Amino acid sequence: MEGKKDLREKVRELLAEQASRSLILLLQRIQDHFGYLPPEGLEEVAKHLKLPVSRVYGVATFYAQFSLSPKGKHLVQVCQGTACHVQGGRAILEALVRELDLRPEEPPKSGISVEVVRCVGCCSLAPVMVVDGVAHGRLTPERAVEIVKELYAADNR
Amino acid sequence: MEKLVKLRIDGREVEVPEGTTILRAAEAAGIEIPHLCYHPELSPAGACRLCLVEVDGRLLTACYHRAEEGMEVHTDTERLRRLRRLTLELILSDHPMDCLTCEKNGSCELQRYAYEFGLEENRFIGPHHARKEAPPREDNPFIRYEPEKCILCGRCVRACDEVQGRGILDFAFRGFSTRVTTAFDKALTETDCELCGQCVAVCPTGALTEKERRFRGREWELREVETVCPFCGCGCRITLHLKGNRIVKVSGGYRGFRLCVKGRFGLSFVHREDRLRAPLIREGDRFREASWDEALEFVAKKIREIKEKYGPDAIAGLASAKCTNEENYLFQKFMRVVIGTNNVDHCARLCHAPTVAGLVQAFGSGAMTNSIDEILDADCILVTGSNTSEAHPIVAQEIRRAVRRGATLIVVDPRRIELAEIARFHLRQRPGTDVAWINGFCHVILREGLWDREFVEERCENFEEFARTVERYTPEYVEEITGIPARLLVEAARAFGKAERGMIFYAMGLTQHTSGTDNVLAIANLAMLTGNVGRRSTGVNPLRGQNNVQGACDMAALPNVLPGYQKLSDPGVREKFERAWGRGIPRKPGLTVVEMFRAAEEGKVKAMVIMGENPMVSDPDIQHVAEALEKLEFLVVIDIFPNETTRYADVILPAASFAEKDGTFTSTERRVQRIRTAFDPPGEAKPDWEILCELSARLGYPMGYKHPREIMDEIASLVPIYGGISYERLEGEGLQWPCPSPDHPGTPFLHKDRFPRGKGRFHPVEYRDPDEYPDEEYPLILTTGRVLYHFHSRTMTGRVKGLQELSPEAYVEVNPVDAERYGIEDGARVRVSSRRGSIEVVARVTARVPQGTVFIPFHFGEAAANRLTNPALDPISKIPEYKVCAVKLEPVSP
Repeated sequence: MEGKKDLREKVRELLAEQASRSLILLLQRIQDHFGYLPPEGLEEVAKHLKLPVSRVYGVATFYAQFSLSPKGKHLVQVCQGTACHVQGGRAILEALVRELDLRPEEPPKSGISVEVVRCVGCCSLAPVMVVDGVAHGRLTPERAVEIVKELYAADNR
Repeated sequence: MEKLVKLRIDGREVEVPEGTTILRAAEAAGIEIPHLCYHPELSPAGACRLCLVEVDGRLLTACYHRAEEGMEVHTDTERLRRLRRLTLELILSDHPMDCLTCEKNGSCELQRYAYEFGLEENRFIGPHHARKEAPPREDNPFIRYEPEKCILCGRCVRACDEVQGRGILDFAFRGFSTRVTTAFDKALTETDCELCGQCVAVCPTGALTEKERRFRGREWELREVETVCPFCGCGCRITLHLKGNRIVKVSGGYRGFRLCVKGRFGLSFVHREDRLRAPLIREGDRFREASWDEALEFVAKKIREIKEKYGPDAIAGLASAKCTNEENYLFQKFMRVVIGTNNVDHCARLCHAPTVAGLVQAFGSGAMTNSIDEILDADCILVTGSNTSEAHPIVAQEIRRAVRRGATLIVVDPRRIELAEIARFHLRQRPGTDVAWINGFCHVILREGLWDREFVEERCENFEEFARTVERYTPEYVEEITGIPARLLVEAARAFGKAERGMIFYAMGLTQHTSGTDNVLAIANLAMLTGNVGRRSTGVNPLRGQNNVQGACDMAALPNVLPGYQKLSDPGVREKFERAWGRGIPRKPGLTVVEMFRAAEEGKVKAMVIMGENPMVSDPDIQHVAEALEKLEFLVVIDIFPNETTRYADVILPAASFAEKDGTFTSTERRVQRIRTAFDPPGEAKPDWEILCELSARLGYPMGYKHPREIMDEIASLVPIYGGISYERLEGEGLQWPCPSPDHPGTPFLHKDRFPRGKGRFHPVEYRDPDEYPDEEYPLILTTGRVLYHFHSRTMTGRVKGLQELSPEAYVEVNPVDAERYGIEDGARVRVSSRRGSIEVVARVTARVPQGTVFIPFHFGEAAANRLTNPALDPISKIPEYKVCAVKLEPVSP
């Protein structure tokens, strides 16, 4: 209970710092801070902008960039855009599921969230996986699994 | 004068006001343009693309684009037909084809267009996706939602936002998964949704339907009956849709589709098994069924005996604000000329008696001065002592809409009621201190020169004395009495004083005080001072609580006037009625409601006739009402259900509900409207007017009416304000009184050029303390009121399963500070006691009530707030002080 109260207060603080009254911008700011959009955050934004919560929820669920569930410490984005698809992007995703039991759009496991994205803008390197903002190109399924395993190793060190 | 534009639509010349959309212009020319997302009462969305038209080869959405001078519009070209087919095909590719079992079969707008465009095949049917697979939802009592049938037109989203002002629904998710839902996909009952069902009313397909109508009848099997909602005074005209003799669904309402949860979903009570079906006569502790003959003969005999033994004034009658005008007229006629007493009153005594008394003194006529459809054009709205959203939902909708259009809303109420959330000013006065803040408003308006000198000089009298009185009510002095910060009072008063069209709304929060009449007089002063009377979108607007409380007053179910507020003391008036009724009318004014029960307790009143009222829940200090009823030698109750009051009866006569008889109701805006028989009453039950006629005949005064229309004709002949009203003229929208002659169109707002009493009269009024204020033993103020989901003593709404689910039991609202002081937890049971009694209820700890004040809804018989309330009366109008009494709270150990 106490945690939720703090969370609301933090959101209010973040909102108070913003001059902007743009809904998307405010949602981005909250997501930057928490790594996702907590429900209390959406409610506070709605109150702040005098909008119905349903509208804020509508916008938050519309854009792929927003997540309503907490993300792991590490974010692994596997591209399934056209170029990556042609170059075997699907096999990368399947390898993560098979070898590490990491499924896209599921709650994080051991601090790792996997997401499917559609093109990250470096098709010449396809198939591509972006790990915590760093793009890894010309992947094989084996190499992809290795990269993720390195994350575990780094965390346990 | 508005500018007109001329254009051609499909070769037809049309002239419409500038700003009219192409779609409406086409409608005016009798040309229908297909559409799905457009609804005439909602803002256009331009989403469905079905209303595309061609203008100079360009494609425009007709619902969105305005008609322009010289435009050449084509609505039905080959190209448009092709596009519309394509659009429909795409919509249908996601739509299930289960019309066979769909509730909207026959009234579905999508089905209609699919048929008209002959769409037999579909090229676009794709794989299943999230919306298609989303299961139907029924996680609330009244509304069924099938996402699969939704075509994402957004009508429900706009209705919820624009009409109801809630914004509970919106589009969520993306692409094929897009669906209409609540924030976080919660059940409607977990949101602020009021289950008004406006979303259901506007849905073009079977996506949103009435849960209870499912498989109860297809559209073409239903019979329609036009009538009026039987709950509050808003007077919504509704259509009952019946299969056989069962109400399957309800449509209609304000502007054709706007209703509240009770009107739309709360009428099933008429079909309940426990309706009274046969006359009942008491035998010891039980009742036995009797024939009408036996029961009426018995009642007549008892009344005759008591009248002979104790005189006519030993008999008293309570008429009913739920019954028709015709029935109330007959009831008072029965009491006055058959029994021979003016002891007739009804629950208006407990709600707006101060309005009738106060506004008659100030203006000469005691009713809402203006109309509901004028609210939208007001630029300042003052709401005090009215929890409008819960007690008069349709009026609240209009207030919310006016606020969205820029009107300033001032709410003066101790509780943070729903309207306070959108108000510019929320002034929280200490309960019972209304005269002080209203005088304070007048003080500020005078001091700052914001008053309407011309109006006051030309139309009013006694201004100087009034001005002298309010001089003392400086904002600082008012703050001392009311607790309203002086600065806030000044700002709010200024806003009202500067308004061009200021509308005042009030209800029981102002009247149910020992100072009730003074409060009303003070409000009338404020309206006159600012010139806010006698024009559109202004006025003093008391909101009447019952469907026909206005009518019951108009018909003189009151002890001191004859029908149409004609003076009992006026010999000319009495003679007119005596000639028409063929009998003498007693001169002495009769007893009011609370006085009747006191007289019964003292043994002065020996018999009572109660028609459709439940004083054992609704009257103050119930313990004493019970003692009074027990003491009566004879009590006859006419009602549709057994209730807390019928338990004390010697004879119970079964009556017809609103759906089982003809007649008229008069709404809060003085609108006289027809109700119509939809089916026969259950068992042996009869309309009240028939019962009254038969009883009257047995007491030697045959009335001989064959139909209520004959009673209305008699009313029109005797009551000038109803003079032009007849059933022929009441088809459709009804008529607003005064309507003095058959060619008179009715009166939307009162006092246009003069007041009925000539000049409006200022009445200087001074603040007086309420009868009972907190002390050491009873340290808190109790105030009572209504909730949205129930009506009065719950005789009707307590029998509607869904409404009971939404609001199952009584509660007390306690401020968090008080809760801590008295050791009370949210959700725990507490004992609330006053000097008169004590009840146990669940606590709701909330800042909705201010510190030092608690609130209990009065609907619940088993934990009746009126066991606690104070029967102290306003000296003029005799209304009891429901809104202020002193109580204490104690936790109840489980």
